[in-house]
Amino acid sequence: MTELLTPASEAEAADIIAGHAASGTPLALCGGNTRTGFGNPVAAAARLSSSALSGIVAYQPGEMVMTAKAGTPLAEIEAALAENGQFLAFEPMDHRGIMGTEGTPTIGGVFAANVSGPRRFALAGAARDHLLGSRFVNGRGEVIRAGGRVMKNVTGLDLSRLMAGSHGTLGFLTEVTFKVLPAPKAAATLIVSDLTEEDAVKLMAAAMALPLEVSGAAHLPYSVRAAFLGGALAGDAATCFRLEGLAESVSARLEKLSAYAGPFGPLTRLGDDETKVLWREIRDVAPYRDGTLRPLWRVSATPSEAAHIVGAMRLEAAVDAFYDWQGGLIWMRMDGAPEAESLREKLMKHGGGHATLMRAAPEVRALVPAFEPEDPAVAALSARIRQKLDPAGIFSPGKMQRQENAA
Amino acid sequence: MTGAIAFKTPKPEILARRDTIISDLGGLLPTDCLIHEARELVPFETDAFLAYTRVPLAVCLPETTEQVARVLAYCHENGIPVVPRGAGTSLSGGAIGQEDAIILGLSRMNRILDIDLPNRAAVVQAGVTNIAISEAVKPEGFFYAPDPSSQLACTIGGNIGMNSGGAHCLKYGVTTNNLMGVKLVLTDGTVIELGGKALDAAGLDLLALVCGSEGQFGIITEATVRLLASPEGARPVLFGFPTSESAGACVTDIIAAGIIPVAIEFMDKPAIEICEAFAKAGYPLDAGALLIIEVEGSEDEMEAMLARIIAIAETHGVMAIRRCQSATEAALIWKGRKSAFGATGRIADYICMDGTVPLSQLSHVLKKTSEITDRYGLRVANVFHAGDGNMHPLILYNINDPEDAARAEEAGAEILKLCVDAGGCLTGEHGVGIEKRDLMRHQYGEADLRQQMAVRAAFDAEWMLNPSKVFPLEGRDD
Ligand SMILES: Cc1cc2nc3c(=O)[nH]c(=O)nc-3n(C[C@H](O)[C@H](O)[C@H](O)COP(=O)(O)OP(=O)(O)OC[C@H]3O[C@@H](n4cnc5c(N)ncnc54)[C@H](O)[C@@H]3O)c2cc1C
Ligand SMILES: Cc1cc2nc3c(=O)[nH]c(=O)nc-3n(C[C@H](O)[C@H](O)[C@H](O)COP(=O)(O)OP(=O)(O)OC[C@H]3O[C@@H](n4cnc5c(N)ncnc54)[C@H](O)[C@@H]3O)c2cc1C
Repeated sequence: MTELLTPASEAEAADIIAGHAASGTPLALCGGNTRTGFGNPVAAAARLSSSALSGIVAYQPGEMVMTAKAGTPLAEIEAALAENGQFLAFEPMDHRGIMGTEGTPTIGGVFAANVSGPRRFALAGAARDHLLGSRFVNGRGEVIRAGGRVMKNVTGLDLSRLMAGSHGTLGFLTEVTFKVLPAPKAAATLIVSDLTEEDAVKLMAAAMALPLEVSGAAHLPYSVRAAFLGGALAGDAATCFRLEGLAESVSARLEKLSAYAGPFGPLTRLGDDETKVLWREIRDVAPYRDGTLRPLWRVSATPSEAAHIVGAMRLEAAVDAFYDWQGGLIWMRMDGAPEAESLREKLMKHGGGHATLMRAAPEVRALVPAFEPEDPAVAALSARIRQKLDPAGIFSPGKMQRQENAA
Repeated sequence: MTGAIAFKTPKPEILARRDTIISDLGGLLPTDCLIHEARELVPFETDAFLAYTRVPLAVCLPETTEQVARVLAYCHENGIPVVPRGAGTSLSGGAIGQEDAIILGLSRMNRILDIDLPNRAAVVQAGVTNIAISEAVKPEGFFYAPDPSSQLACTIGGNIGMNSGGAHCLKYGVTTNNLMGVKLVLTDGTVIELGGKALDAAGLDLLALVCGSEGQFGIITEATVRLLASPEGARPVLFGFPTSESAGACVTDIIAAGIIPVAIEFMDKPAIEICEAFAKAGYPLDAGALLIIEVEGSEDEMEAMLARIIAIAETHGVMAIRRCQSATEAALIWKGRKSAFGATGRIADYICMDGTVPLSQLSHVLKKTSEITDRYGLRVANVFHAGDGNMHPLILYNINDPEDAARAEEAGAEILKLCVDAGGCLTGEHGVGIEKRDLMRHQYGEADLRQQMAVRAAFDAEWMLNPSKVFPLEGRDD
């Protein structure tokens, strides 16, 4: 059984880490444990959790900036923002459904794992794009301040954004400062039915070339359709476009987009409420909240190649998939083996990208690298950077790079 | 200028080998890609931080990534420092060389390699100018968002080096938010690729680290950048306010109301006078400050947004509102703003500061800034990106009067410290370079700086790439 350490202050966390560094004892870093099982297996007898480092430290709506301790529940952050008509534009997903975990998602975990939702491919960008500053404890047990609380900052190196997506392998985040934005006043979705996957990918790309600020573009093939809106999506396959903004803008843009998309297939429109539900279901990968451990891949692809990648996989394995981010994000579930090599090889052949194994049975995780293997020169560079932040190698060892591959 | 900024003494053993080095480099590059004659080195003695000059050992202007790799490998083996350079428009001395270093310029690598509209990406060589990308995709209805005022000249490599921003970054973000990938040559000549046309990077986000690393991590030879669909229309509107305070308060209220225009530019009275005299843009000379607020979208959307903005401006006693009726008028409004630096340069020498402050501190910092310059007996003009709190006080002085110059440097340092103390930072877009190197300790603690320097050393253990920039010279370690 792993020991769970929950320091109540940054100083206490620093002490614990310094102690573990001195003895070379690994620590698995975590927040609320909603991504239990994600990543490569970590050999650590103790877990260091930010759960007791909680609370909003500073929030000025007029500056569009918030500072919160790393263990603050995401729900608390979202509630405070909603009170002021603001939100996290990168709409972080909730992993609990697909991972079959409970726990409380924390803001530190959101940034440590760079968790972004459907708006990521549009102007909003990823979680890391919103991270302005952070405090973290490095592997020497030193408290480091990086970045700041202003939108533009090029003073020295951007260590905060380096922390984003480092999955607890570089430092223990204690506090994060991030950009927040006014929540859109209105939203609507236009659905084009019955497109093939190839045509859907093309139409999504074409829509992004229009001056309409489409903020969501997803294609839901027939096989997953029933998982959305209680099975109420019309037609066979649904290609969904989200528009958001001032009410005037949304209705004007919806007209323009309808006029453009009309020739491609039957159209349906969803209003504000249904739009919210649909995109939350897309964000949280509703079709694969199936209570199983069937291998689930998150594939970051070159958007125009998405349908080719899925098509090529289907020829070899039992695969189910749907598309977010205009095709740039493919959620792919395997019915049998994870087919890692085959998937990664297809990805390379079709424009590049990378595949992350989000979930699988423990015996599979033990064999299949969860993260895309890196080019040796890049891996060596990453190893040197890890060494500079965590010289004793105590933070979640092997999580991103399996031990046998680590340089 | 007085030379308050120290330079390292050049290494005699490198200087002594000058001829050999030049002949060796000559063997690595096509003949016209190497510059070493005194007369030809003059344009490379400084960048847009004109107060300091250093003649480099030689300048290499490679034409391919392979040539860049060869030169770096050679310099690595022979212990020769390398200073990367784009167009040399850095305002913080980021591209200034030193006597025992070679300058590696990317200006010949200026081809757009691939425009991929379905994936909204362009792959370009590092020496392509910022404006060239937007120009190339404009006919298809796309643009590249970050728009530094130097965009006609500055290169995408330099933009990445400095993580440049511009007037429209309030909505579209800065370079790091619009960069998808780079090809990077490491100090030893190894070529790596980070990112690409897929959205999120695999592994650690090294791209975020490279962006804004000021030429210390490697030479960028290619970049993949995000293209965006151009808005249907855009319209700048000019607002004149009685005082800087009222203009500043108006900015905060617009943001608090949930309205994000694409740009909010601010000018105080001295800046209005300077820019108007130059650009004849019709700026209100009786105003204490003006804002240029640009909105985007369809005709209806722009009208709806403007109506809200005007209602807020009225609560702050706005004196003049000028909407433009034509593209010519819109261009004129921007001309005054975009030529602010040049216009100031016509009436005096100046140093351009680049601190960033939280929006709520704008009025306070503006007031303190004029107190500081008054105390030094200097004039200041403020022109900046108000939406994101990035201030550019232009401190006017006489470059031929050493005392005046020293005062300007000191006043500038005080203003930057003021920004940090107000919760902001030393630089929002121009970078640290040599200019703010010694102020880094004001913003960061010892452990913070040591951590940054250690990460820097992970890329360049011997500190050979742009060696005397960004970090204080003393206290460096790995
Ligand atoms: C009894 C038990 C045993 C476990 N054994 C293993 C095991 O052998 N192997 C294994 O891989 N997992 C194991 N886990 C799960 C492990 O805790 C998770 O992999 C990981 O910690 C997920 O983080 P999270 O769920 O807190 O998610 P989140 O809080 O959502 O965090 C997500 C990511 O961010 C990182 N993170 C979160 N907070 C911080 C912070 N403050 N600073 C820096 N990084 C942060 C995490 O490391 C994680 O990568 C076990 C969990 C339990 C309960
Ligand atoms: C009139 C004027 C207006 C300006 N307005 C703005 C503005 O609005 N916003 C803004 O952000 N900046 C502005 N600047 C500053 C400057 O233009 C930017 O910093 C710009 O990005 C520098 O680009 P450059 O190609 O000239 O790079 P350089 O000045 O040549 O170099 C800048 C830095 O990047 C490094 N570098 C250059 N190329 C590479 C490469 N290929 N690989 C690795 N490192 C490299 C250099 O070593 C140096 O540290 C302005 C400057 C002027 C003169």
